[in-house]
Amino acid sequence: MNADKVLDAKGLACPMPIVKTRKEMKEMESGQILEILATDKGAKADLAAWAKSGGHELLDSQENGDVFSFWIKKG
Amino acid sequence: MTIKAMKASEVAKKVVNNEPLFILDVRNGDAFADWKIEGGNIQYLNTPYFDLLDGVERVVSELPKDRDILVVCAKEGSSVMVAEMLSDEGIDAAYLEGGMKAWSEHLEPVKVGELQGGGELYQFVRLGKGCLSYMAISEGEAAVIDATRMAHIFLDFAQEKGAVIKHVFDTHLHADHISGGRAIAEATGANYYLPSKDAEEVVFGYTALENGLEVAIGSSKIKIEAFYSPGHTIGSTSFIVDHQYLMTGDILFIDSIGRPDLAGLADDWVGDLRESLYSRYQKLADELIVLPAHFMIMEELNKDGSVAKKLGDLFKDNHGLNIADEQEFRDMVTKNLPPQPNAYQDIRKTNMGQIAPDEEVQREMEIGPNRCAVR
Repeated sequence: MNADKVLDAKGLACPMPIVKTRKEMKEMESGQILEILATDKGAKADLAAWAKSGGHELLDSQENGDVFSFWIKKG
Repeated sequence: MTIKAMKASEVAKKVVNNEPLFILDVRNGDAFADWKIEGGNIQYLNTPYFDLLDGVERVVSELPKDRDILVVCAKEGSSVMVAEMLSDEGIDAAYLEGGMKAWSEHLEPVKVGELQGGGELYQFVRLGKGCLSYMAISEGEAAVIDATRMAHIFLDFAQEKGAVIKHVFDTHLHADHISGGRAIAEATGANYYLPSKDAEEVVFGYTALENGLEVAIGSSKIKIEAFYSPGHTIGSTSFIVDHQYLMTGDILFIDSIGRPDLAGLADDWVGDLRESLYSRYQKLADELIVLPAHFMIMEELNKDGSVAKKLGDLFKDNHGLNIADEQEFRDMVTKNLPPQPNAYQDIRKTNMGQIAPDEEVQREMEIGPNRCAVR
């Protein structure tokens, strides 16, 4: 999937993946897509819940080995 | 203001003593709904940490002034952040050291009784997950039953008591938590017993646990007798220790009974479950003290934090032992069952030695409540 921006949050523990995602999102335009790479296992459920509560859309997620990828469209 | 860490052991004391506590759980809503720290005198507020990144003002007005406040998250990181933000607002709040992971792994040893000749029987209460394990000690020898994954706790405890672990038993092949039995047996050279009917796909060496097997610990020969009681699994075996205690595994709990579906064969095993509860156990002495492998709700704990009740009392009070109609019983234990425990298939494979996930993965697999019972 094509992303407008990629955030590397690998190796970061909760709450940092969300803190950084949120910061990136603030600088993006509505409709743009941010790809997030993370290794924290809790990130999946938390990013989905965070996106929902913030009016964003979690488009897709993938798992490759230890690395999770998420694509979130800014609402 | 500096923030304080509260250890899982301190939270456990509060739960057992029914002390007041306010928990601000900052995990996401689903995680909180699935599983939380339970206690009779705990008040809760669940607000995910990601809704508090702009400030904690929205929760400040909801926090009580007359109770200790504990911020809880999955692993610790977010709760430290939120506790610091509260501290900046002048609110004294602690965070749970190690988060729900530490809570899930905490074991509280409670002495449940004396054995003849000066022996002792301990119950290890895993408050965060509802698992119960046992250690019988007599004259420098110990037996462990249904040990949980944190093998070092049992090894250290035996050492403190000056006892050598001679026998390690699992009442059945567990599906809700990873057994520590094999690790304890390997560390001590003890025999590891598994019911052979549950162990057909096990890939390591074990000693077959059959009906009528007897072992003794200590020179005064505290007797541990195996008693075949299938139904939760086809191999499920109970133990009678020192003619006083009945360890029921996952067949009979204080306020509920075992579920027959976790190995996939509810319809086949419901008859066995019925026979174990309504025939085999009925023949035992009412005075035996039932010590199960789980509890589900905090109300099942006694005042001292133990989970134990006379068999005769359970025949009177436990709904699952008082269903005269066989079809009604069959329906209850095969229909409308609670969700199966998290990762239970992988947990079974781990307990059979077929897979060997690393410790971090094992922790994740065990997250959540045990759900081995039907009420």
